[in-house]
Amino acid sequence: MAHLIELRDVYKIYRMGTETVHALDGVNLTIDEGEFVAIVGQSGSGKSTAMNIIGCLDVPTSGTYHLGGVDVSTMEDDQQAEIRNKMLGFIFQQYNLIPKLNVLENVELPLLYAGIPAGERRRRALRSLERVGLSDKCKNLPSQLSGGQQQRVSIARALAGDPSVILADEPTGALDSRTGREVLAFLRKLNQEGDTVVLITHDNSIAVQAKRIVRLQDGRIIYDGDAGDPRAVVQPVEPGGAPEEDCSFHDREVEV
Amino acid sequence: MNLSQSFRLALKSLATSKMRALLTMLGIIIGVAAVIIITSLGNGMQQMMNNEFEKLGANLIQVQVYGVGMDSRSVDPEDMYALARQYPAYLSGVTPSVSAQAVVRVGSQEYEKTGITGVSEDYINMSGETVAQGRYLRYVDVDRAKNVCVIGAYLSQEAFGGGGVGETITLSGVPYTVVGVLSPLSSQSSQGSSDDRIYIPYTSALRLNNTAMVSGYLFTCPGKDSSATAKAIIENRLYETFQSSDYYFVMTSAEMMDAMNTMMNTMMVVLVAIAAISLLVGGIGIMNIMLVSVTERTREIGIRKSLGAKRANIRTQFIIEAGTTSAIGGVLGILLGVGLAGVTGVLISSLAGPGTTFTAVPAADSVLTAFGVSVGIGVFFGYMPADKAAKLNPIDALRYE
Repeated sequence: MAHLIELRDVYKIYRMGTETVHALDGVNLTIDEGEFVAIVGQSGSGKSTAMNIIGCLDVPTSGTYHLGGVDVSTMEDDQQAEIRNKMLGFIFQQYNLIPKLNVLENVELPLLYAGIPAGERRRRALRSLERVGLSDKCKNLPSQLSGGQQQRVSIARALAGDPSVILADEPTGALDSRTGREVLAFLRKLNQEGDTVVLITHDNSIAVQAKRIVRLQDGRIIYDGDAGDPRAVVQPVEPGGAPEEDCSFHDREVEV
Repeated sequence: MNLSQSFRLALKSLATSKMRALLTMLGIIIGVAAVIIITSLGNGMQQMMNNEFEKLGANLIQVQVYGVGMDSRSVDPEDMYALARQYPAYLSGVTPSVSAQAVVRVGSQEYEKTGITGVSEDYINMSGETVAQGRYLRYVDVDRAKNVCVIGAYLSQEAFGGGGVGETITLSGVPYTVVGVLSPLSSQSSQGSSDDRIYIPYTSALRLNNTAMVSGYLFTCPGKDSSATAKAIIENRLYETFQSSDYYFVMTSAEMMDAMNTMMNTMMVVLVAIAAISLLVGGIGIMNIMLVSVTERTREIGIRKSLGAKRANIRTQFIIEAGTTSAIGGVLGILLGVGLAGVTGVLISSLAGPGTTFTAVPAADSVLTAFGVSVGIGVFFGYMPADKAAKLNPIDALRYE
């Protein structure tokens, strides 16, 4: 059986002014169904670019990316949207709930774009909210919930479309450590229930919660293996300075 | 994509910023209201004019005979009477109609604007007027060219304090005896109006004018439908005599009404076109606010795209939002327009007096058109911002703070 995620010789090259930046510099990565992988790296390591490509938000400059056996690396905007809708569930650092919609409507969104009829949509959204234990809050607006609850709503939203991959981008970045741990525990629970989870983080202490760690530096994979291995958490030192602790997105870059 | 959700979202975002929504809609509201008011008042005016025409006799046909100078060819009243007898189905009445030029005096008082018309005894039946006092002209008055006259209500009021029968009026120095006073045609008669008239036998009028040729006739036809045929009959008869259409002129009041209506319509089109400029400005206002909205909601667009919204989904959402905004503006404009038109109608009616009825009628089709146009404007001017939103890159949009 083919791998769920398969990146082959993926390059992503941006031009910033006169310089070219290799955000991804020949990445080969496969992830199978049921895995819990953390992609770790510092700011500028290329992990956000990797997430964008795995999340079908972006396409590689060269190389191929197969998701569920389908080559998605050359797809158009709208085709990518359909893949995102069917195959991927996003969990973002800033929750990214739509403030004007209530919790249920937020969770229904991916199903809405999938064209599922209203009754079925509601039923599935409610089931998804039950999984995160928030079905009683379904009429609330996101602003009426705590940060941890909002992140659980966004997890419910990611689960609603029954995706093949759950892609969590710094899911604990905006939470205090206790709620952060709760969210991580929940991701582990999801993984135990059979979901494939890909976690993107700069934080080793979070990355070790996964089963497998993929460490990126300067657009290359420098470690790919079991999370229990001590080498997985070795913090590589940037030449000429201490490691940056920056969890924000990269600066805007111009694609080649 | 679910349209009802887009629609609900649009209403929600309008409700959260009411002031902004109202200002955005203002151009549309004013434009639609202006169009409705103009068309309503125009329709009311047209209806009023048609009513007045109807009252005066929509079935009148005026004939002017210019004559041929030295040539002896002409028609006389007998020819016209004969014509009417020949086609009773199309010509129900005929009278010579000669306007006389004369100085009107009662005692030493001169009435400069009073019109003098020489007619036959049949005229009263054709015009639909009624005699209030005394009697109308009679066959014998016409036949003998007697110096008698029937006066309008205005003159009776001004010169004789409401009476007048048996009094004397001089026309260019010739004394005429008043034999009758007509009922007023309008409630507020004024100088020079249709109530400021003197009717004398046409034979007397010819003598006053010092001519032998009757220059004008009035026919009536039984209905509006027959007026075209009636006109043709008269024209044929006149052509027979004159062998050229240059020497006479025949016009039905239906034609006159048509000409007037055409004029009114043209005027309305021009006014509506001016009002439509406001709609255009309103549309640009909507486009502007939609562009702002797209920028404000860049992150939302990014989220929606990451969840699988296609370009068409995003575009539809913003177009529906623009369309909803302008549609609500349109409805408010219609309400405002109909309300103001009603008020103006009442004002005009009260100014015109109880005799005339004026109702500003907002035609259903103009209301529907106004609504349709305002929705159309929203969609048209919303397309550009919506397309901008649809084409946003999801990564950039998600990153947008």
